[in-house]
Amino acid sequence: MTIAWNTFSPWSALAGGVLIGVAAAMFVLLNGRIAGISGVVGGLLKPVDGDIAWRVAFVLGLLAAPWVYLACAAWPHPKIDASSGALIAAGLLVGIGTRYGGGCTSGHGVCGLSRLSPRSLAATLAFMGAGFATVFVARRLFGF
Amino acid sequence: MLVFASLLAGLVFGLGLIVSGMANPAKVLGFLDLAGAWDPSLAFVMGGAVAVGAVAFALAGKRSSSLFGAEMRLPTTRAIDRRLIAGSLVFGVGWGIAGFCPGPALVALGMGQIKALIFVGAMLAGMGLFEWLERRRPRTLAAG
Repeated sequence: MTIAWNTFSPWSALAGGVLIGVAAAMFVLLNGRIAGISGVVGGLLKPVDGDIAWRVAFVLGLLAAPWVYLACAAWPHPKIDASSGALIAAGLLVGIGTRYGGGCTSGHGVCGLSRLSPRSLAATLAFMGAGFATVFVARRLFGF
Repeated sequence: MLVFASLLAGLVFGLGLIVSGMANPAKVLGFLDLAGAWDPSLAFVMGGAVAVGAVAFALAGKRSSSLFGAEMRLPTTRAIDRRLIAGSLVFGVGWGIAGFCPGPALVALGMGQIKALIFVGAMLAGMGLFEWLERRRPRTLAAG
């Protein structure tokens, strides 16, 4: 294994991680809920009265974040190499997989591990393992 | 109050994703590419988030209602079943294809990235497909 020292950014990663932790902390302590993004978004597709506004507000916060960030610094530009076809396939798999699995990187990864939930640890190991395997197959075996 | 707290939590979450570099799929894929030049940054993001989250969830676990008086709605499901593992594996494959999970995709969409729009559209379709399949299932197993 070689480390990509040119892109490795432990301090900004840690600082960003702390912000994510603060967001999850605010959400559970103020609203009493898990900041699981797939669950927040997924719940909008099966709307229940009185259960919509806070979901929309959370999503709007995510969408607005780049613009607030822009007030302080220029965006680090996202580099999206996947083709449109790959993005469609990936989006479908992420959408259906997170709903069946009951969570994504935020709900199981951040909040679940913070709660020391064995269920979330199992989910996190599964999606991380599948992510590692997928990139290995795509990049190392097929050369994408 | 709850809606405002949701907006703020989403905003801080999104800022964390940008600062940490996780809103950039190329960086996420650099973490998932163990066999290439590996970028361990994402592990630091998780570490920072879980360190803060663990304190918050320990406090939240002792409360029956949130600071704003909302009901504490922490997950009660503990089952590590086929739905959890299969769903998480499917999610991980999608994550590995494009380097997007739900939160970062929404933040990149906020930046006006067309490719993020394609991904989010497919993700919503995947979540919609889940809801449709769920409605066709017998009621007794609804969980997660």
